[in-house]
Amino acid sequence: MSTETATVVAPKKESLFSKKNRKLLTDPLDDSNPITVQVLGICSALAITVQVQQAVIMSMAVLFVMIGGNVIVSLMRNIIPDRIRIIVQLVVIASLVIIVDEVLKAFSPDISEKLSVFVGLIITNCIIMGRLEAFALANKPGPSMLDAIGNAMGYAWILLAVALVREVFGSGAVSFPGVGQVKFLPESWFMANGGFYENNNLMILPPMALVTVGVIIWVQRARNRTLIEEN
Amino acid sequence: MAFNKNSNGYTFLFAIVMVVLVGAILASLSLSLKPMQKANEAEKKMMNILGAIGVPSERGAVKPLFAEYVTERISIDSDGHQVNSISGEVNPVDATDPFNINVQKDYRSKAPASELNFPLFTCQKDGQNLYVVPVVGKGLWGPIWGYVALESDMETIYGAVFDHKTETPGLGAEIKEGFFQAPFKGKKISQVAPHFAVVKGGAPTTEYSVDGITGGTITSKGVGEMVDRTMGIYLKYFQSAPKAQK
Repeated sequence: MSTETATVVAPKKESLFSKKNRKLLTDPLDDSNPITVQVLGICSALAITVQVQQAVIMSMAVLFVMIGGNVIVSLMRNIIPDRIRIIVQLVVIASLVIIVDEVLKAFSPDISEKLSVFVGLIITNCIIMGRLEAFALANKPGPSMLDAIGNAMGYAWILLAVALVREVFGSGAVSFPGVGQVKFLPESWFMANGGFYENNNLMILPPMALVTVGVIIWVQRARNRTLIEEN
Repeated sequence: MAFNKNSNGYTFLFAIVMVVLVGAILASLSLSLKPMQKANEAEKKMMNILGAIGVPSERGAVKPLFAEYVTERISIDSDGHQVNSISGEVNPVDATDPFNINVQKDYRSKAPASELNFPLFTCQKDGQNLYVVPVVGKGLWGPIWGYVALESDMETIYGAVFDHKTETPGLGAEIKEGFFQAPFKGKKISQVAPHFAVVKGGAPTTEYSVDGITGGTITSKGVGEMVDRTMGIYLKYFQSAPKAQK
């Protein structure tokens, strides 16, 4: 997507899609993935990966708040006093979430109902705070925005992968926002109807999210040897 | 930079300005959006009541449907005596309108039941009188609520809808799904305590209980508790109510 853009670089200014900036987008997907490598945001990866549709809604909410938070903090980076910077970041995130929630409640109550559970989870999501502290505070708004998108996407794909595994094996279904849950196994397969198959209820319980994330980390490290620490 | 951004004075100033600014923005936003949010809530309440008697409705088109099906709004006290009865258009500012009784607020207030009034909605559908009872209780993380519709014998459940604020998605949050609510239909409210129960997922059910959600035990129990407790109050009214309406 960015090769065309890169060819028309203004000579003095660094392009928004320079190689360095593109890395901001792609790195969090694999090499510095917030969940599997930095092990942040595990709490929400546990709580809302029972169904794919909830993982999608949560990912979109995090994407939005992350972009907003990163850009705002990046714009204010030169006037934020060092000693209260964490509090300032917290205020920015919390206000953003509350504003979004209030506006949705008034104009789009149905979406607001779906989001209500996640509001608290977004505010406490360590990835958002982590990116504000580690990146937005020291970089310009443009790269900060890319960093936010990259990290939100890195968070999103893990969430979706875990949710897919848990929903398919736990409920024998896949769900999407607006569509609802689609059960794809024939009813006659189930033991209750004389078949041979039974949904694995363990998959629905929180521990299986950790196990699934663990398996993803395992696969990722087997493939990407640079991630393995030397003792 | 001209100023020292790490001086105590600037830090305090920054904090004060930030708090005042953010506070002002959030407060004014909240105030200006309040009427719309209130209207949405009232609409949702009507949708829930209609949902309990099996009438599908959509936002924006609820009011005429509500007026069509809900014939009378009654409030009773904890001894089962009727306090007030209103029919016709819902007036959002009339505190005596049973529709405006905030059962969730009453439940949270921990006031003795004897000081509270309880709303009951009489509906007419397919020539049958239905009674919709709002129920409130607590789940695992926060409040849960719902509406239970009884048939004209004031005993058999005609339908039920439940909702929650912060239950775990995929587990306790499933109480708002059809598969949990459907088995309520046809079950009965026992005339003696315990009036109703939600049993652990998969356990055998009786005429007076339904199956809970596996992994959502505390939320399921909460649903059972709120239906049981609330019905205990309304039964006093039902038992003394003129059975001629049957």
